[in-house]
Amino acid sequence: MFPKGTKRKFSDSGDEPAAGGEDVNQPSSVAVRMLSSYSLQRQSLLDMSLIKLQLCHMLVEPNLCRSVLIANTVRQIQEEMTQDGTWQIMTQALSAANAAAQCSADRLVATEVLCRQTEATQGEQVLKPFPAVGSEGCPAEEEEEVVVEEEGEGGPQPPTCQAPLAWTPAGKRKMDSRTAEQVFGTFEIKNPAPSPDPALEELFSDVDASYYDLDTVLTGMQSAPKMGPYDLLESLSSHGPSPLSSSTSCRSDLNELDHIMEIIVGS
Amino acid sequence: MSASSFNQADIISTVEFNYSGELLATGDKGGRVVIFQREQESKNRPHSRGEYNVYSTFQSHEPEFDYLKSLEIEEKINKIRWLPQQNAAHSLLSTNDKTIKLWKISQRDKRAEGYNLKDEDGRLRDPFRITSLRVPVLLPMDRMVEASPRRIFANAHTYHINSISVNSDHETYLSADDLRVNLWHLEITDRSFNIVDIKPANMEELTEVITAAECHPHQCNVFVYSSSKGTIRLCDMRAAALCDRQSKFFEEPEDPSSRSFFSEIISSISDVKFSHSGRYMMTRDYLSVKVWDLNMENRPVETYQVHEYLRSKLCSLYENDCIFDKFECCWNGADSAIMTGSYNNFFRMFDRNTRRDVTLEASRENSKPRAILKARKVSTGGKRKKDEISVDSLDFNKKILHTAWHPKENVIAVAATNNLYIFQDKIN
Repeated sequence: MFPKGTKRKFSDSGDEPAAGGEDVNQPSSVAVRMLSSYSLQRQSLLDMSLIKLQLCHMLVEPNLCRSVLIANTVRQIQEEMTQDGTWQIMTQALSAANAAAQCSADRLVATEVLCRQTEATQGEQVLKPFPAVGSEGCPAEEEEEVVVEEEGEGGPQPPTCQAPLAWTPAGKRKMDSRTAEQVFGTFEIKNPAPSPDPALEELFSDVDASYYDLDTVLTGMQSAPKMGPYDLLESLSSHGPSPLSSSTSCRSDLNELDHIMEIIVGS
Repeated sequence: MSASSFNQADIISTVEFNYSGELLATGDKGGRVVIFQREQESKNRPHSRGEYNVYSTFQSHEPEFDYLKSLEIEEKINKIRWLPQQNAAHSLLSTNDKTIKLWKISQRDKRAEGYNLKDEDGRLRDPFRITSLRVPVLLPMDRMVEASPRRIFANAHTYHINSISVNSDHETYLSADDLRVNLWHLEITDRSFNIVDIKPANMEELTEVITAAECHPHQCNVFVYSSSKGTIRLCDMRAAALCDRQSKFFEEPEDPSSRSFFSEIISSISDVKFSHSGRYMMTRDYLSVKVWDLNMENRPVETYQVHEYLRSKLCSLYENDCIFDKFECCWNGADSAIMTGSYNNFFRMFDRNTRRDVTLEASRENSKPRAILKARKVSTGGKRKKDEISVDSLDFNKKILHTAWHPKENVIAVAATNNLYIFQDKIN
């Protein structure tokens, strides 16, 4: 999804264990190992959550409760990672990778959901990171608490997300101009709608009822997607690196096109 | 962990006794409703006393297609609720994700014979041939049970319906989806009142959904709804037309020592049920059942651990999606015991007075007809005793989500995937 194995550095470079210096700093190296283990667990939880959000049922509407709970989990992780500075590191690595290589649709989506600048967390007081729950493969709770608290007291970096797309809880979209241009330039042309990110779009687009008022007036009309059928047709016809044609889309493009054609033809 | 092959459509999705307990309805994933009727006690067949046999089967909902969203609407029956019986026929409400239907189930076991104007085949008799009048007589016939849809309540829910509840006034009922609660009149299908709406102006701000709702058993103006954040709101419909501001707010403060990334998910309430007395309500979250006194909002009065041994497995259960399973719970008629399901076809019963609990299993291998169920135990420690089952050998595909308790007697119905088990107290 995004480059794993990227060396994660914490806010203080001094935390990095000196090579071969384990004898001297035995407790702290153990601590760092436990901490990176916790971070790995947290990272894998984040990965898992993002995959869950992306995988939609082909035909049936996804469960809104489940989606909301997973999204809240992602938000929690992101907030914690922002607090201890790992968020900044990860997004830096990600945007570097994006600038260098041709990005796959998967990574695009990951960026979408990952990169959020939360105005709320700026200037917020330090939140104690949550202790990891003991589970298979997860380190025991007690040790985690001790280690993580130490890290937290180091003070968080102010979250400065340098990701292409930033997204505040208030729903405003911010674009970091340069990288956004590179990554989402073509997409922007096709879809002038204010909220182009596919992952959360998929999450909530089906249930976003900008046509809610119509619901109560017209029988048989449930909430319409943000894009009407004609917008969809436009974006489908100009096949490019549109997120809609990515693997994250819930339905295959051909089915969509057939379906739209059926409606237009009036069969 | 056997891979049993069965039709997905046969998975039971709801179980409900009617008010007298004489009838038991089940709904399945294929949109069918099967109603069982309890056999009357008779001297001729003493062994079949109280046995439930199939009374009626009908297709309640069909799969539909939402053309605007290009999505299928599942025919799975999410909930069945019986209406109080007002005449010889029985009525129930059944709902899928979008549409609620009122079904009338009536039976005929007599037919009239000896009409004057038509003969036995139904053909009209030649009026000139009729020389005398006779009174038609009623003769017994094979019982025929008919189910007909009397009302269809459609197009009121944008999101998936998770609950329906008949009001104590017997005239109205509520239906709840992820973000809204609507109030209907049983006679009126073309409109409903929206009484709760938690949809944010901007859907991106959505962090909480409605998970269940129920009407108070006696006070027709009171209802509750639970949320994915582990809160319950009690609302009074007399206070305002839109009950967005609750009268009471029930939430247990979080234990900071057990906080984890999964805390919110496991606090999400999957079911809420008022006690028959109306004094208490019970909520089910992923690991526990809580009993609340309606007069105390800050914490439950009783908490029962259903399968605490799963707490250390939450990561795996999140991975395989089991953490999102919605277990239901139910009271017995006297409100002295509660029951809820678990995994491995286990279900749990708690006695509120003695504080004793028992784990039982609903499976063909382990229960023969009229055999007494053996108590099961999951071993939590390192050493596993004989007959205990270790947590790692639990089958998470065998989940008991739906259970029901007879309103008056100790008869329970347990749905284990595609099988229905009915257990009764042994009578010597």
